[in-house]
Amino acid sequence: MSEEKTILEIENEIIEDFSLFDSWDEKYEYIIELGKKLSPLNPIYRTDAHKVKGCQSTVWLGSEYRNGKVFFEADSDAIIVKGLISMLIRILSGHTPDEIINAPLDCIKVIGMSSHLAQTRANGLLAMVKQMKNDALAYKLKNEMNVQHS
Amino acid sequence: MSATSTIEKKLDIAAIRDCFPILQREVKGKPLIYFDNAATSQKPQVVIDALANYYEDFNANIHRGIHSLAEEATAAFEDTRDAVQAFIHAGFREEIIFTKGTTESINLVAYTWGTKNIHAGDEIIISTMEHHSNIVPWQILCEEKNALLKIIAVNDEGELDIEAYKKLLCDKTKLVSIVHVSNALGTINPVEEIIESAHEVGAIVLVDGAQSAVHLDINVQEMNCDFFAFSMHKLFGPTGVGILYGKKDLLENMPPFQGGGEMIKEVRFEKTTYAALPYKFEAGTPNIGDVIACKTALDFVHETGKENIRQQENELLKYATTELNKIDGLRIIGTAKNKVSVVSFVIDKIHPQDIGILLDNAGVAVRTGHHCTQPLMDRFGIPGTVRASFSVYNTKEEIDAFIIALKKAVKMLL
Repeated sequence: MSEEKTILEIENEIIEDFSLFDSWDEKYEYIIELGKKLSPLNPIYRTDAHKVKGCQSTVWLGSEYRNGKVFFEADSDAIIVKGLISMLIRILSGHTPDEIINAPLDCIKVIGMSSHLAQTRANGLLAMVKQMKNDALAYKLKNEMNVQHS
Repeated sequence: MSATSTIEKKLDIAAIRDCFPILQREVKGKPLIYFDNAATSQKPQVVIDALANYYEDFNANIHRGIHSLAEEATAAFEDTRDAVQAFIHAGFREEIIFTKGTTESINLVAYTWGTKNIHAGDEIIISTMEHHSNIVPWQILCEEKNALLKIIAVNDEGELDIEAYKKLLCDKTKLVSIVHVSNALGTINPVEEIIESAHEVGAIVLVDGAQSAVHLDINVQEMNCDFFAFSMHKLFGPTGVGILYGKKDLLENMPPFQGGGEMIKEVRFEKTTYAALPYKFEAGTPNIGDVIACKTALDFVHETGKENIRQQENELLKYATTELNKIDGLRIIGTAKNKVSVVSFVIDKIHPQDIGILLDNAGVAVRTGHHCTQPLMDRFGIPGTVRASFSVYNTKEEIDAFIIALKKAVKMLL
């Protein structure tokens, strides 16, 4: 099960997956497939409060904290963005807040995504990463406060 | 060189393309197809050279220097003012104010003319198809002055509802600020009629010419607009130069925009007097190099011939419209009778951003999004469009390549 894998291991898997592609056409086809296959978002997250700011398309991001781990789900009205979120969810979901906060996410650079997307769109990708890390940080702080109070 | 030469000649597009060095480059391993001309045009080598030549040969601060370089730079700077005057057929050279862009030109009017002349209860009219630059300055002004902003509706074709506009006009209307050509739809608005009706109720009219100056013949005296604003970077010139044309008597009665050097006559702690037009509105060291290079850009337009440019652009618009309409699920937004070479579209079940990314991967540069016209996108109930906008250096072959790339993108996305 992927829950057992570390963030770094998953990142390396993604780098390996992408190394199989010869062209960006193939990479985009793969990302689009990921987008199409992304599990549907729980409707409770489809609100303005869950919109990620900084994206040209609309992105909704929800997260839940269970047994010391953060689980993400998301959706977007743009399919390539949805594919990118799907990758981020694969990497970050099911890990502890600390693991998420400290995730290097070098794979985004290695697979060439950050340089291939125009700056405005790359910023959207960064905005998603930032929001996911912020959610993790919020759970971490909440945790620490609970510990102090008990 | 005659500024009025309108010799009809068949354009040699290959030769024109050779004037633009950027068109030689590749994007994502494919030849660049630049269809984002409504955002900014590319620059011919002569403009790039003019800019470099200024810095290499006669860079100096203007108007105050006594030395030769300052005199040469001043003369070249003022030559551009004359060229702009001729380009838009203004009556007086001092009616041409250099700003940093259309946005600043509009803001200048809002902050100077607006502050002095708009009072509580007054009304300003704009339209649904305005660029945010022609909405927000008036919203700020209206909020400050307790004035009312009224909006002209747009029909399904993307044309202004002129009858509705005429009903909005009344003796409270002080200003109509209207876009000449829509950046998102390409619609050419009947500004002469709009101006005439506004003048009948005593209102003045600002025309946002950001998108029109490159395509249409501009004659501000015949148009009889009170202000006309545009940017040189959409007209083959460098970025950072905007023009505000204003009727002399209006400009003379407006307070200054910014204080500083250039715009003063005499500074005393008791009282400062301002310089005459146009310098009253040009505080500080202006954008000398870029303004000088704009003259070369206008020369390029004259030499190519505006009618020739328009003919090529219209052919491209017609061809692209026909080819796009063949694609299933594609809907062109903006089907006005009078359009410039801008075609905006949406495709069923596909987000414009996805198309933009995949077209970029094919070397095609288009614009996607709301084009700084969110109220207009709301009017059509869409988040945004894909916009392809053509210039004189574009070709039918490029449109063919664009259509192939677009079809491939649609196939991948559906």
